[in-house]
Amino acid sequence: MVCDVCKEGDVVIDLTQVEGAEVRHLRLCEKCAAERGVETSLVVPKQQVTELLQSVHQHMPAASDDAARCTFCSSTLRDFRSSGRLGCPHCYNAFEKSLRELLRRVHGNSRHVGHRYVPPSEGAVERSVTAGELRDRLQRAIESEQFEMAADIRDKLRGLE
Amino acid sequence: MTLDLSLLPSGGVQWLDASGEHSDIVLSTRIRLARNVEGYAFASRARDGERLRVLAQVRDAIPAATGSDDGVMLRVDEMEAGERLLLPERHLVSRELAGLDAQHPVRSGAAVFLARQSSIMINEEDHLRLQSLRSGFAVSEAFSEVEAIDREIGARVPYAYHPEFGYLTACPTNTGTGLRASVLIHLPGLVLTKEIGKVLAGLQQMGLTYRGLYGEGSEVVGNFFQMSNQTTLGRSEEELLDHLVRVVRHVVEREEESRRVLLRDAGYIIEDKLWRAYGTLRYARSLTFEEAMNFLSGVRLAVGLNLIAGLSVYTLNKLLIFSQSAHLAYTAGRALTENEANLARAKFVRKALEEEPDK
Repeated sequence: MVCDVCKEGDVVIDLTQVEGAEVRHLRLCEKCAAERGVETSLVVPKQQVTELLQSVHQHMPAASDDAARCTFCSSTLRDFRSSGRLGCPHCYNAFEKSLRELLRRVHGNSRHVGHRYVPPSEGAVERSVTAGELRDRLQRAIESEQFEMAADIRDKLRGLE
Repeated sequence: MTLDLSLLPSGGVQWLDASGEHSDIVLSTRIRLARNVEGYAFASRARDGERLRVLAQVRDAIPAATGSDDGVMLRVDEMEAGERLLLPERHLVSRELAGLDAQHPVRSGAAVFLARQSSIMINEEDHLRLQSLRSGFAVSEAFSEVEAIDREIGARVPYAYHPEFGYLTACPTNTGTGLRASVLIHLPGLVLTKEIGKVLAGLQQMGLTYRGLYGEGSEVVGNFFQMSNQTTLGRSEEELLDHLVRVVRHVVEREEESRRVLLRDAGYIIEDKLWRAYGTLRYARSLTFEEAMNFLSGVRLAVGLNLIAGLSVYTLNKLLIFSQSAHLAYTAGRALTENEANLARAKFVRKALEEEPDK
């Protein structure tokens, strides 16, 4: 099979382009593919995920969420943007809107349809917030200069002690 | 702490035994589930105390959850750097857990529980990375094992879970099922026939991704590729796995076809090339890691094509792991310079091939 563009080179890539409702198939040789910026060589997509996240961030609406902070771990969306990682499970509630959009772009969907998790019943696990955990959260709030949050946590800690 | 790898169940390398389906082309199947414990910050944001509490909570749950005493807990954070290097070489833990990447030094509370064909990394990017690792192409076996571990741990340790988003993970690329299934696959036929570019491009269009031998960010060496699902949300675990199986089967068929074409159209050239690779491994006095990997790839292909008989895939798999630098240093009992490692590698490979029956 020869290249659709130069009609000479051997086809190495079958490119499918979707623009609006229009779908175009283009069979390209290595040279023509390279000219169009289509990668054909054996390079491992090193920063695939990070790049994907970054490109998604650029398209994210200039977030009103930007200044918002997770009340559990004091992370911000800006922290997430620079590290690519969220701070804690509660960040998913704190930045719900932005994350839903991001998940949709990354996975094509934001709704989990896999196994449903049933958490252990209260009796099966001893799970109350311990003083140690609160101290960790207090420390983190202080480090990120969230003094109001720190005061709340300190009150809870006093209540516990 | 001195690490004695011989104490691990099957030395942690049962997956090398070349027992599974298509094991000359598919080396191994790995399925992992990412889980986090409710009530703590994710591992990289957590404070030391939080990670240690996660570790303690999981450690308490493991005996009942795995239902066997056949496993070892290793505190990665208490190991010396040289020992930490061994674990990723053996594909037992990720580079991140071993603290080998500059941006992620080893974290307090980093640990791994190793059983015969499964493992649990603790305080990696996520609190828990439950894994099953099998020889050959064995997706459903690996999944049933890791699913059972997940069910039992999850019944004792509360996971972070969201009714809409599913299992919550530190990186949104794992959210939902938290499932990543990957097969380590050897594709010299497709590389030699230059078909590989098309196959890999097609793979990405099918929603799969590929990496090198050591996972994310690693180079492709010795024509080994790790292929895995790219997305984790919006499809069930079964759908994700079925899709991967279908695509990998297709890739295996393409590889087999390329091998037939090579033999038909370039028989003696290929035969010569592969025997030269064998000759080099059998007699060389110094081998770099890349050289060893590339020649091993050739010999592996020769065994698959029945050009070289009497050499087992198991031996080739072992060479792949034990000729790596940290393993050579471990055998020597001291750190080796690059030159020393090249000499030790050649000697080790020579000896292993000598012990195999005459070709």
